[in-house]
Amino acid sequence: MDTLAIKTEHVCKGFGAGEARTEVLKDIAFDAKVGEVLMLVGPSGCGKTTLLSVIAGTLSVDRGEVEVFNEPLHKLDKSAVTRFRAANIGFIFQQYNLIPTLNCTENVSVPLRIQGCKSALAERKAAEMLEKVGLGNRTRHRPNMLSGGQQQRVAIARALVHEPRLIICDEPTAALDSENGAKVMDILSGFAKSPGRCVIIVTHDNRIFKHADRMTFMEDGRIDRTESKQKAA
Amino acid sequence: MFDLALKMLLGDRAKYVMLISGLSFASLLMTEQAAIFCGIMQWSGSTLDNVSAPIWVVDPMVEQVNDTDSLRDTDLNRVRSVEGVAWAAPFYSGILRTRLEDGSFKFVQLIGIDATTFAGAPTEIVEGKLEDLRLPNTVILDEYGTKKLSQDPSRPIKVGDTFEINDHEARVVGICKARMSFSGNPYMFTTYEQAVQYAPSTRKMLSCVLAAPEPGVKASEVAERISKATGLKACTKNNFFWLTVWWYIKNTGIPVAFGATVLLGFIVGVAISSQTFYSFVLENLRNLGALKAMGASDKVLAQMVLLQTLTVGLIGYGCGVGAASLFGLVVLEKGMPPFALPWVLPVMTLAAILFICLLAAYLGIRKIGRLEPAVVFRG
Repeated sequence: MDTLAIKTEHVCKGFGAGEARTEVLKDIAFDAKVGEVLMLVGPSGCGKTTLLSVIAGTLSVDRGEVEVFNEPLHKLDKSAVTRFRAANIGFIFQQYNLIPTLNCTENVSVPLRIQGCKSALAERKAAEMLEKVGLGNRTRHRPNMLSGGQQQRVAIARALVHEPRLIICDEPTAALDSENGAKVMDILSGFAKSPGRCVIIVTHDNRIFKHADRMTFMEDGRIDRTESKQKAA
Repeated sequence: MFDLALKMLLGDRAKYVMLISGLSFASLLMTEQAAIFCGIMQWSGSTLDNVSAPIWVVDPMVEQVNDTDSLRDTDLNRVRSVEGVAWAAPFYSGILRTRLEDGSFKFVQLIGIDATTFAGAPTEIVEGKLEDLRLPNTVILDEYGTKKLSQDPSRPIKVGDTFEINDHEARVVGICKARMSFSGNPYMFTTYEQAVQYAPSTRKMLSCVLAAPEPGVKASEVAERISKATGLKACTKNNFFWLTVWWYIKNTGIPVAFGATVLLGFIVGVAISSQTFYSFVLENLRNLGALKAMGASDKVLAQMVLLQTLTVGLIGYGCGVGAASLFGLVVLEKGMPPFALPWVLPVMTLAAILFICLLAAYLGIRKIGRLEPAVVFRG
């Protein structure tokens, strides 16, 4: 039996109050296994990003249970969730969210610094990670001096530098051409295969579906179905 | 994280310069205007500094040193008879008109001191001899007066020069250092007897009695005894100075005028720095959200914001107070306008700037506190 990285049961999440209240997640049961790349797909507004935020612990649930690597996030207080996130989760955002006034090394070193790592050590590890994603010659460049693909690779280096167990990606290839998108997916697939890791990707980009081990389809706040790689292909 | 916080701040040059400029301007305005106010207040009591006497005895109705009512000549001996008084001397102070060689006239603050003891004489004579005041029709002029009473500013009045005071000849026998008077008139020292000759004659000419306590007796104690024994108002020099300052604060528009400018500086500082810093936080909201998502706690982010505001605050404060001090050095060299920078002024400006910074930081921290890290997943 595969070890579960993420397990959610009866998760409900809504926004607003009274008549304006909207239920975005409706009794979601979802899981992701260690060692896999799982893609979360569905039409806009179906609740993918909200589910991703719940798994990441950046949004709390109204009801239900969320376990990430056996840690019950729904039972932890805000600061414990923050600490768990800092130690175990790496993020890749659609808009990269690199800090424009910092160079690549400084941007990549942020997760290590958040965990209290000394500046010199954090920057050394960041430079090594940039080397691994093929940007060893861009360590002192600022984000605005890089192409979109290069910026996304910096974001990946930032997500991986503190060796998290879970990588959460929100449309990581949406702003990239096919070649750069493939490079990004190769790095993420490689990461998922290393021991004890998992990658969750929310995407609309059908060019990268082939990299998924499983695909979970969402519709109107519910899980519609989950397909394995063979079936999805 | 703190070095990154500073890099984030310095990276946004436009906002950084705007913040520093706003806080520098606020510091400059608050310090400089308050220093000019202190300078004016110092000038208001300059007679007390220029005439060194520990106890001043005046008419009971007198409220401040620049507006004295004359005493009877017998009051001098009444003061001398009080126990604990080491000496008491007559003193004249009045504003008189001098006529210069070309027929133009200028006003001077004439001070008449006791010819025997020279009690109340200027403390620093830069040219000439104090004893020469015992010669008839002689005066000692302050350095400012040598320029102001001269027809040609490049050729200041020298020892030996003469002019008229109230149709009497006056010959300069010395030049002294003196603090500028509130009215802007130069100080001119002569003997009490000579001063009453120069001044228009009235029934009573004694402006004040200067006195000193015997060794080992407190001036405040002797002043109290004089008041009780004579019914006159006797003040220590320090008390009389503060009576004078408070009189100007209560009876003139000076504190309101300067207070309004200081307040304006404070408001400008609050408006510019709070708004600029708040917009800096707003523009970085997505990045701050990303940091929050990556596990940065609210506490760490609040510390980063505090560091950023305090950094610009202290740099702005340094620039502003530095510029105010530079302004002070220049005006003190020129003698105008009045300027005094007691240590309490930079401390108060620092407190005001810290308040502005903390307010700006609070607005930013409140925004960050309410920020959902999930904002980074929204398009």
